[in-house]
Amino acid sequence: MTTDDRSLVAHLVGADVLVCCGSGGVGKTTVAAALGLQAAQLGRRAVVVTIDPAKRLADALGVPGGLSNEPVQLQVPGDGELWALMLDTATTFDGLVRANAADPDQAERILANGFYRNVAGSLSGTQEYMAAERLHALHLDPRFDLVIVDTPPTRNALDFLDAPGTIARFIDHPLFKLLMMPTRRGLKVLNVAAQPVLRTIGKVVGGDVLADAVAFFQAFAGMETGFRQRADDVMELLHSDVSKFVLVASPRADTIEEACYFAGRLAEGDLEVAAVVVNRCTPTFGEPPPRRPRGAAAPLYDNLIELRTAAATERQQAAALLEATGVPADVHTSWVPMLSEDVHTLDALEAIRVRLFD
Amino acid sequence: MDPLQFLTTATVAIVAGKGGVGKTTVTAVLARAAIRRGLRVLVIELDGKPTLGRLLPGVEVQQLSATAALAEYLDAHGLSRVTKRLASRGIIDVVATASPGIDDIVVLGKVKQLERSGLYDLLVIDGPAAGHAITFLLAARSLLASVRSGPIHTQASDVADMLADPARCQVVLVSLPETTPVNEAIETAYALEERVGVHLGPVVVNGVDHGPELPSDAADPGSPMRLAADFRNARRLLHRTECDRLAEQLALPQLHLATVAGSRLDADGIERLADAWNLEASP
Repeated sequence: MTTDDRSLVAHLVGADVLVCCGSGGVGKTTVAAALGLQAAQLGRRAVVVTIDPAKRLADALGVPGGLSNEPVQLQVPGDGELWALMLDTATTFDGLVRANAADPDQAERILANGFYRNVAGSLSGTQEYMAAERLHALHLDPRFDLVIVDTPPTRNALDFLDAPGTIARFIDHPLFKLLMMPTRRGLKVLNVAAQPVLRTIGKVVGGDVLADAVAFFQAFAGMETGFRQRADDVMELLHSDVSKFVLVASPRADTIEEACYFAGRLAEGDLEVAAVVVNRCTPTFGEPPPRRPRGAAAPLYDNLIELRTAAATERQQAAALLEATGVPADVHTSWVPMLSEDVHTLDALEAIRVRLFD
Repeated sequence: MDPLQFLTTATVAIVAGKGGVGKTTVTAVLARAAIRRGLRVLVIELDGKPTLGRLLPGVEVQQLSATAALAEYLDAHGLSRVTKRLASRGIIDVVATASPGIDDIVVLGKVKQLERSGLYDLLVIDGPAAGHAITFLLAARSLLASVRSGPIHTQASDVADMLADPARCQVVLVSLPETTPVNEAIETAYALEERVGVHLGPVVVNGVDHGPELPSDAADPGSPMRLAADFRNARRLLHRTECDRLAEQLALPQLHLATVAGSRLDADGIERLADAWNLEASP
């Protein structure tokens, strides 16, 4: 095991926040959980935040009822601790509204609003923003000293970094300002109804729907400063030295390109890529015998050669892509071979951990 | 029976499945196979990075973006002055949030227009990821319930008609021969049939390693040949088991695509995969 200060182990010891990014289907959740296992063995009190509702991972981690929005402690080897939770976007957003509301009445008005439910449930970027928000809260939680986040499976992993900004922009929206403009009579609702802009929108999307939106923006009045401050804090944490990013890919070109694109954007923002994990590689099994045997063993020889060739081609193409597309050369790359079974037991997860670190 | 018969039964084929299962590959192979049969094919990419043009040289590929389609729609309905006055991206966020699914309906509305144009025998759509596929296709029903009149209601109603008609539209689900993707495909299939009421075409299982069981005990225990054979046998067994389980739980025909070595699929790779299907299809 290498212990130079750029290795994955060094980051597991030194960082406060590890963000796992990558395309869907590369095994991000598995890698995040394996990092958590290793962190616990290194004596850290780690919490893994997962977005993936796969119950099998919960089974693998020894959580019989599945994971919930609150962290639960898992029985794992090591001097440290491993906790896990599954992000519930809407509940987290509700908590944020309650925390920022001037009084319980304002909070209830917002939570009951139809437009708010849409914002919490389907505004693009909300899930990513809530993941970042949760990360920030867990970072301040004295029970944990390492937060490992498995980012939502977005097509573009960058949404995670942009999300706090997206929500801040939404709150700063001109329509919101328009609705909040004081009128001579001080009657905002009349002002709203008189806006030709809104009449036109109402014709397209329906009047009831629009009324909800107007009520939401009105109920939200006074909270936008708190929300914006919170978004700024989250961004600051992600950009600080204690946060590191782990890029997860598979040998498939599109997943590596996604990781490289993300690496480039991180570099622009002076953010640090801790490591690249190329997961689900074709495994290798050692040297073939000098000659192709005759008889029953012949197809076994062919199979070994076929896998070796596939693994070598895959590795060479993936390494070339990584080099060509912007991941700094000194970033540590881990190549994790595919197991012969799916990863949904603690043993299989442990096998991934061993392949990742040994 | 011809496994590719379904290509001629409906004009619109929406390819759906979770991220990473190979939707784009399947879209390309279906399009290629359909062209081989002499169909006039249009491929539609939704909000994605443009990759299908590279995989399908000489084939007509059109990009449909929800944001652009919604902006265009709002312009056409008298909001052009508004979109100029307010930041256009912002107002679209607000409209899309006020009325979830409106962007999906506008996109599906465009698909419907293309379907009705009579210019194509088959539209293959590289659809959104599985979770979103359900909301995407449910948009018509949800909007019909919440918006009772006006142009969006009409649009949603036209789209709902198209989705419900098996002679016009079908969904092709894509999965991998592994436990979690198979579970997700089964859940998505039931959700699509029960909640959306859309007709399901075959399920395409991508990256299947077919092949006989290797006689691993012909090599010494612990030897590289033995370990490699055990690994390959375990993977093949997993693939067989999962394809069987999928067949048991979903009464839909299955089409398999073989594993392709190397990290990047190119236009030639798509041709080869389409060849394999046409071979199966020939008597």
